[in-house]
Amino acid sequence: METENQAQILSNVEIAKDIWKIDLETPQAAEVKPGQFVMVELPGYFLRRPISVCDTNDGVLTMIYKVMGKGTDLMTTLKPGESLNLVGPLGQGFPVVGSVDAVLLIGGGVGTPPLVKTAKAWLEKGKKVDVVLGFNTKNDVFGLDLFAQLGIDAHIATMDGSMGTKGTVLDAIKECNIDTEFVQACGPLPMLRAVQNAYSKGYISLESRMGCGIGVCMGCVVTDNGGELLRVCKNGPVFPIGKVVL
Amino acid sequence: MDLSVKLPGLNLKNPIIPASGCFAYGREFSRLYDLSILGGLCIKSVTNDPRLGNPTPRIAETPCGMLNAIGLQNKGVDFVKQRELPFLAKFDTEVIANVAGASEDEYLEVIRKLNDSPVIKAYELNISCPNVAHGGMGLGTTPELAGKITRMCKDVAEKPVYVKLSPNVTDIVAIAQACEAAGADGLVLINTLKGLSINLKTGKPLLANGTGGLSGPAIKPVALAMIYQVAQNVNIPIIGVGGIMSAEDVLEFLNAGASAVEIGAANFHDPWICKKIIDELPSVLEKYRYNSVQEAVGRSFK
Repeated sequence: METENQAQILSNVEIAKDIWKIDLETPQAAEVKPGQFVMVELPGYFLRRPISVCDTNDGVLTMIYKVMGKGTDLMTTLKPGESLNLVGPLGQGFPVVGSVDAVLLIGGGVGTPPLVKTAKAWLEKGKKVDVVLGFNTKNDVFGLDLFAQLGIDAHIATMDGSMGTKGTVLDAIKECNIDTEFVQACGPLPMLRAVQNAYSKGYISLESRMGCGIGVCMGCVVTDNGGELLRVCKNGPVFPIGKVVL
Repeated sequence: MDLSVKLPGLNLKNPIIPASGCFAYGREFSRLYDLSILGGLCIKSVTNDPRLGNPTPRIAETPCGMLNAIGLQNKGVDFVKQRELPFLAKFDTEVIANVAGASEDEYLEVIRKLNDSPVIKAYELNISCPNVAHGGMGLGTTPELAGKITRMCKDVAEKPVYVKLSPNVTDIVAIAQACEAAGADGLVLINTLKGLSINLKTGKPLLANGTGGLSGPAIKPVALAMIYQVAQNVNIPIIGVGGIMSAEDVLEFLNAGASAVEIGAANFHDPWICKKIIDELPSVLEKYRYNSVQEAVGRSFK
């Protein structure tokens, strides 16, 4: 159930170029399901920013965010002891149910974070989890340590070949001979398009510019394959593969 | 503290009404608090034909507010009547239907279909949406056009008709008076101001629609000024709207001449804002030595 909370910041550090990790203490942490997001109020800004939840541990909610503009730039200046007003958790996350034996999690850039909690949930179900992450270049890479803590050795693809497989996440999947059919993916649109073309079973998580985050303003709509408009914030951000026209 | 407000067709327990387009049909907010605490509730604009709305992006942050160009997305009056309004019947609040259309006839068709809905207590004519190519603001920017559509709607409406006016005009008083002369039961001031945001990376408008409607605290002084002007020149009640974020803001609108208020974009900033304002309003009225909402109305010029 979504609530509002003034969450105290425990830490806020840069972990890669323009990529920051923030830990907040909030009872909302206990409510978060994998792939859900929160709406973050930034002092001096009217609209909240939707940010996916990376992980939760004992009342601590972790988000990894990219500096996209003035709002998220301001977020980097926040110090431990200060607080952020969060509304959430929101949206439909990655379903962690089903009869599959193995899951392939595919992340692109700042789409990587929600896969951490998702991976954890699948491991708790006793499933085999492979993780493949794509970035532009070595300096952009982050999150390996988060998956390593779960015992997962994430495979990396970089577009310029400076780390891991040269090319896209699909190139890395091929190179690593991962034949898992069920995927859950979060990342930029071109990556999601490629995943949606290559796989028929699983889910993708969309990023969107949002107004309200709770399903009322119709600011973040996408079209499904039947021509219906769906709200990324309320019907998503996670949708079954093939459901949404990308 | 007496918070009640009596307006044509509307018996409001308090003056707080979520504004059209910022509350959908109440379902999402009903998860957050009991909608029966609200004085009223104005549903998202309904047209006769389903509308897909504008391409995305539809939303942009601006200083002290936001731009939107949703484009009146809705599934049409038949769907809304059958699938959305019954849900609202269980709440003890006054539901207002915001009516829109691409032509004058479409407004009339929506009203005809909603006349027998027990849930709807009044109509709010949206002749002020800046984000559609046909209808919307185009029907409300001259006294002649605004008066004409008001009269046509009044002729078929079996419930009171409020007219929501655009601030994107040279003389809002003349338009308000034309609506009053045409039989409007009340006015709603103001809809969004036309605005633009540029994406510096592309050099192009950020919103797919080009321009959008500006709302939020940025437009509060504009709304207050227009209410202040119009209230002194008409004899029908005004529902004030534009950038309200607090109970103090509500009191400013009452003082400026509004009898009740709508809360719009603030619901996006804080989904619990209407509840908080209703909770705080009695103490704010008391602080400024009012015994009722009614006492505060029009204080600025009376």
